[in-house]
Amino acid sequence: MKRELLKYSIFAVCVLLAPLAFLDSYLLNVLVFVGIHTMLAVALNLLLGYAGQISLGHAAFFGLGAYLSGVLTTTYGWNPWFTMLVAAIVVGGLAFMIGFPILKLKGHYLAMATLGLGIIIFIVFNEWVEVTSGPSGFSGIPNLQLGQLIFDSDLKNYYLVWCFVLGCVLLSVNLANSRIGRALRAIHDAEVAARVVGVNARLLKVQIFALSAMISAIAGSLYAHVMTFIAPPSFGFNISVELLTMVVIGGLGSIYGSFLGALLLTLLPEFLRFMHDYDIVFYGGLLMVMTIFMPGGLVQGIPDLFRKLVGLRKGKGDSHA
Amino acid sequence: MLTRIMTVLMLSATLLLSASFALAADTIKIGGLFSVTGPPAFLGEPERNTAKMVVDGINKSGGIKGQKLELIVYDTAGDATKAVQMATKLIRDDKVVAIIGPSTTGETMAVIPVVEKARIPLISCAAGSKITDPVKRYVFKTAQNDALAVERIYDYLKRQRQNRVALLTVSDGFGASGREQLKALAPRFGMQIVVDDTYGPKDTDMTSQLTKIRASQAQVLIVWGTNPGPAVIAKNARQLGLKLPLYMSHGVSSKKFIALAGDAAEGVRLPSGKVIVADALSKKDPQKASLLAFVKDYQNHYKQEGDHFGGHAWDAVMLLKAAIERGATTAESIRDGLENTRNFHGIGGTFTYSAGDHAGLNKEAFVMVEIKNRDWSLAK
Repeated sequence: MKRELLKYSIFAVCVLLAPLAFLDSYLLNVLVFVGIHTMLAVALNLLLGYAGQISLGHAAFFGLGAYLSGVLTTTYGWNPWFTMLVAAIVVGGLAFMIGFPILKLKGHYLAMATLGLGIIIFIVFNEWVEVTSGPSGFSGIPNLQLGQLIFDSDLKNYYLVWCFVLGCVLLSVNLANSRIGRALRAIHDAEVAARVVGVNARLLKVQIFALSAMISAIAGSLYAHVMTFIAPPSFGFNISVELLTMVVIGGLGSIYGSFLGALLLTLLPEFLRFMHDYDIVFYGGLLMVMTIFMPGGLVQGIPDLFRKLVGLRKGKGDSHA
Repeated sequence: MLTRIMTVLMLSATLLLSASFALAADTIKIGGLFSVTGPPAFLGEPERNTAKMVVDGINKSGGIKGQKLELIVYDTAGDATKAVQMATKLIRDDKVVAIIGPSTTGETMAVIPVVEKARIPLISCAAGSKITDPVKRYVFKTAQNDALAVERIYDYLKRQRQNRVALLTVSDGFGASGREQLKALAPRFGMQIVVDDTYGPKDTDMTSQLTKIRASQAQVLIVWGTNPGPAVIAKNARQLGLKLPLYMSHGVSSKKFIALAGDAAEGVRLPSGKVIVADALSKKDPQKASLLAFVKDYQNHYKQEGDHFGGHAWDAVMLLKAAIERGATTAESIRDGLENTRNFHGIGGTFTYSAGDHAGLNKEAFVMVEIKNRDWSLAK
């Protein structure tokens, strides 16, 4: 447990000090979105990495949070913080209700059902023009405000978003190391065995699905207030797949892995920009190489690679001696 | 391990920063945001090509008042989040004085808060009327409002004494905006909308919508979308033996539509920017010189015909050039200069901006064209 606390403290200090390096750069803006993606990846990881239940529709919960916040605050003038809470509860409740029938399914069928859910909700965003403004997007969403402090710059948004990320990571790390976390991993490995030893697998799966949806909804609310503009393509199927990639590349069943995955997939395109039209090819190739040679994700792969490199150097040194 | 990653990040950030400082100081930097990849690539690619071509041309002939232009282009892939990030990069890291683009209405709406706060003029290449309505201090646009295209069609139909129309619009930003204008302007021209149907951007068969329209009282069918949907509709209509005259939007006014629809494109009428019929325009048309220059230049550079999407970028660069020639140097003075544009004969039309109008065009920007023998001709 002490080790976990140390890891978390290092993570928190890094996060809080990082803006010092990017004060005048647009990368600060990118890091705000890394934060939002981290929340989403952590949320999906709780479901996929710990409970072993796939979801190809997580962008829908992200979008629901964003649209609930956007529409209720802009069209109906609700308080943004209150709306964020309402959005989280509504989306969590919705996921809880859908969870019972959907999570009875397994493997490919669960993937299909969640995929369908994502597409249905996307169609609602796109076609319910009177409320969501449809495909041309919903604009004019206010920034969040805390007393006199308006979150309208990248620096302020950075701390806003990353405070939520830190909270979310703390919650997830605690959850993962608790009795519930162990129960979830038991479901992941052998659901029948878990039920035999007294884990209420069905309820627990639905609960973690709802929690995961709630975190995604909060990320959506933050996205809406940071961007002040939302449009359906930001919550489509490809986003669900991107989130899945972040979790897998980062490392299944590791909270910090999800952070690494989100960081890599959001920042990498920025650093590959100098390659112009070839960046997409390189990006795809890199993802392939990583999945082949780092099956445990970045969180295992990087230390392994490091150890191997050190080993190689030592090996060489020995032969010279 | 995290600290190590952070060091790598910091190093790369410093590298990026120093790279941008190393460039020559006596150039005027302008930014370009185009969706060169992704679904709107049919807009972004000609726009980027044109912007590069025009800037190179200006620099070859000595720049503007001896100062060279430097164009920095980023691909937004049609993604609003990316557009915001790239706009921030252009402003913070590249320190541009003006931005051209983005290509779509959604991306433009997302970028507007960023440029308004940074006080950097933006000339959007997207068509949505809400970009400049209400007027935002730093936001201009060169693409014609959808309402102007709708007015052209309705005006034409009125002269043909036809007033019962069926609408078939695509469910994306372009189609939604067109549908809104088609419905809003109908009463003013005495048009009666008897069918109002939509199709999805990825649909490959529209016979069910067309069967419904065939059973209705409609005299004409107006289709609002970008390729490939309208080409599918033209083909389906032919297969069904639908006799209604087909009207389309300016979203298909490129040769690609004729290539996709083949024989089914014959007789289709649409409002279009003048660029596709540049040769056929009368000598008195004030835009003719600009149009012919653009078409020829594009042909020489890219071995393709220039379309009106590229024209939006041509207009944007030339409007900037004109503003700088009139003495603007800083972002603020370029904004003022743009607002003082009067009777600029570009590709999209004749622009006259004012404090109350940052779109700058009237319905003369469009002509009705008809497809005959797989080519464009002015509709009578």
